[in-house]
Amino acid sequence: MIDITKQHILTTLSKGSREDERAFTAYRPITVEYGISPKSAEGSARVTIGKTEVVVGIKLEIASPFPDRPDEGTIIVNAELLPLSNPEFESGPPSVEAIELSRVVDRAIREGKALDFKKLSITPGEKAWIVLIDIYPINDDGNLFDAAALGSIAALKNAKFPKVEDDKISYGHLTNQSLPLEQLPISCTVLKIGDSFLVDPLNSEEGQMDARLTIGCLEDGNICALQKGGNAGLTIQDVEKMVEIAQEKTQELRRHL
Amino acid sequence: MTYTKRFDGRQLDELRPIEARVGVVPRATGSALFKIGKTHAIAAVYGPRELYPQFLQDHQRGVLRCNYNMLAFSGAGERVRPGPSRRSKEISMVMEKALFPVLDMRAFPSTVIDVFVELIQTDAGTRCAAITAASLALADAGIPMKDLISSVAVGRIGNAIVLDVTKEEEDYEEGMADIPIAMSTRTGEITLLQDDGLLTKEELINALGLAKKGCEDIKRVQIQALKNKYKEEP
Amino acid sequence: MSILLIQEKTIVVPGEELAEGMDFLPGTDVIRDGEKLIATKVGIVTISGRLIKLIPLAGKYLPKRNDIVIGKVVGMGFSGWRVDIDWAFEANLALRDASTEFIEKTADLSQYYDFEDWIVCQITAVAAGGRLIDLTMKGPGLRKLGPGRIIKATPAKVPRIIGKQGSMITLIKEATGTKISVGQNGIVWLSGEDSSQELLALKAIEKIEAESHVSGLTDRIKAFLEGAHS
Repeated sequence: MIDITKQHILTTLSKGSREDERAFTAYRPITVEYGISPKSAEGSARVTIGKTEVVVGIKLEIASPFPDRPDEGTIIVNAELLPLSNPEFESGPPSVEAIELSRVVDRAIREGKALDFKKLSITPGEKAWIVLIDIYPINDDGNLFDAAALGSIAALKNAKFPKVEDDKISYGHLTNQSLPLEQLPISCTVLKIGDSFLVDPLNSEEGQMDARLTIGCLEDGNICALQKGGNAGLTIQDVEKMVEIAQEKTQELRRHL
Repeated sequence: MTYTKRFDGRQLDELRPIEARVGVVPRATGSALFKIGKTHAIAAVYGPRELYPQFLQDHQRGVLRCNYNMLAFSGAGERVRPGPSRRSKEISMVMEKALFPVLDMRAFPSTVIDVFVELIQTDAGTRCAAITAASLALADAGIPMKDLISSVAVGRIGNAIVLDVTKEEEDYEEGMADIPIAMSTRTGEITLLQDDGLLTKEELINALGLAKKGCEDIKRVQIQALKNKYKEEP
Repeated sequence: MSILLIQEKTIVVPGEELAEGMDFLPGTDVIRDGEKLIATKVGIVTISGRLIKLIPLAGKYLPKRNDIVIGKVVGMGFSGWRVDIDWAFEANLALRDASTEFIEKTADLSQYYDFEDWIVCQITAVAAGGRLIDLTMKGPGLRKLGPGRIIKATPAKVPRIIGKQGSMITLIKEATGTKISVGQNGIVWLSGEDSSQELLALKAIEKIEAESHVSGLTDRIKAFLEGAHS
C-alpha cells in the first residue's frame, strides 16, 4: 500500500476498521531472530513486525567511566535510517528522526534499568564496559520505534562478553557470560487519528497521524519512558487511554523475546 | 611455503556455502540477499529516479550510483564507525565500474539508479559479495542488462592459488595476494580486477582461471534465486 | 542453421541465451549479441514467428504517449499543475488540457485539482528522454478520483490485472462491488462501500501480481473470490 487518501482513512476508521483489517490494538505478526551476525557482533537480533524489518547489533568496548559515575559502565545507542529501507531516507549524517529514534530507545533501556550499570564496571574509576547498540531498519513499513526497541532488548539478551587478554578485548572470542540484563523494558507506540487510537501503525497511518505517544513499560506495568510526537495536542484522557493500551500490549510483546 | 590444507578444511578450488534470495526489501524497486560463508550482504535498488544535484545528470543515459556500507557491528574486530570511509568510497566506486559494462540505461536519461549495499556480517570477500548482491538486485528491479555480474576473491597463499579467501587467509602471516574479481560469465569479460600482494604473471593467470569457475558457480545460484521468486506452485 | 535454445513461456533471466542464428529477430527486452539472442530482463519468453520477445516480470514504469495513468497532484503553478505518476520526473498538466471548460489564468487552480488529489489522466507527449511529460484530462474516463485506497502494482503486470478486454478487472469489480481504476503506470485506485470487500479486491489484485506467470489465473481468481463469499 503506498498511499491512502486522507478522507478514506478517516472514513474507514470511523467504521471501526483499519486499512489492513486489523483491530485498532492489534500488532502485525512479529518475529524475533537472535544472533544474526554471530561472527562480528557480541550480540545481535533481527525483529520483523509485518514487513517492517530492523536489525540491531551490540559491540562492547572498554573505556574510562564518567567521572561522576566511577563505578558504572554505560550504553550508547545509535540508529541509522538506512536509505536502503525507505526511498525517503537520504544518505548522510543522522537526520533528526534517526537521532530521535536512538534517544527514545536509549531512554527506555537506561531509565528502565535494563542493564545493571554497576555490573558493567571493571575497575572503579579506571575501566568499565561500554555497550554500543546500533539499530538499522532494513525495510520500513511503519512502526520503526517499536521494532527498534524490541530488537535492542533482543540483541542485549543475545549478547555475551568477549574475552579480555592483557587488558585488550579479544574480539571474535566470546565468553559464556551474558550481559547483566535485569529488566526488559518494551515500547509500544500508540497513534491518535481523529478519535481513534491505533497501535503498530503502517507508513500510511503514520502519514495521517494527529499525534503519537511512545510508551516504554516494564514488566510490572510501570512506565520508564515517554515520547510524544506529532503536531496535534493530547488531552489528559488521551494520555491515560494510550498508556493503558501500552501497558497491555507491552506484556504481549515481551512474550516474543 | 606450501599451503595445501586450508584453515577451514576446504579444497583449494572450493567456494564457501553460498545462499541468494531476491525481494528481501519489499519497499525497494529490487533487492537481494547474498551470503558467502559468513559474509552477508543485502542490496536494494531504487530507481530510475530523479538525480540531484542536476549537474551530475547524464542526458544520454541513467547514472548508476552505488553505496557500500558496513553496519557498525559487522566488522572483524572493533565497532565500525558509521559513515563513509575512504575504503567504503573506493569500494562503492569499483562496484559501479564492475556493474556498469552490462547495464543498458539509455532508456532513462537524466535519472539515477541508486544501489545500496549493507554488510550485516563480514568474513572477507565483502566487495565481491556486494557486487554479486547488487547485480541480483538490479535484475530484480527490471533494469535491462546483458548479463548478471558474479564476483569472488581468489588468493595466492604460499604457492597455492585458492578460491574464495576468508579473513583468516587474508591475515596469513607470511603474506599473501588477495585478488577480487568480477565478471560477466557469459562472455568471460572481467569487470573488476584488483590485487593486494605479490604475484607472478603465471599465478595471476591461474587465479583468473580459477575465478572464472568460481563465478560460474555463483552465477548458477544467482539465476536460481531470480527464478525461485516465480516458482510454479502459487 | 538457426536454433531456438528455449521454449515459449519459460521464465528467463538477464544474460540467458534464447536462440542462435540470424533467422530469429530480437523483440522487446531481447538483444542480439553476435549470433545469439540474449534476454535482458527477468521475464517470460514469447515467440511470434521469428520474433522473440519477453514479457518482463519486473521493472519501473517508463512513460509512453497515450498511456492512461493515475497520478497525484504535487505542484501548482500559473500555467498548470505538476503530477507525480511514479516516474523519475513529474508530469505537466497545462491549464488548457485540464478541463473541457475554459480556465482563466487568474482562476484558483485548487478548485479544479488540489494538492494530493489523485487523477486519471492521459500522457500526450514524452520528450527530452522522459524529462518532459505532458498530460491531459480531456478524454473519456479521465477524471479526478474520490476517496479510496491506492496501491502500486508492477507495471508489467497491468495487462494481467486488466485482462482481455477488461475481463479480469470486471470480474473483481463485480464480485466485490468495488470501483477500481488501473493506470498503465501500475497505480490502482479502489473504492468500495464495504471495507472488507475492498480489501478482498485488493488481495485479488495482489494474487494476480504474485501468480501472473502461472497458467489458469482467471479460474484461480474466480475461485478465490467465490471462496471468500462462502
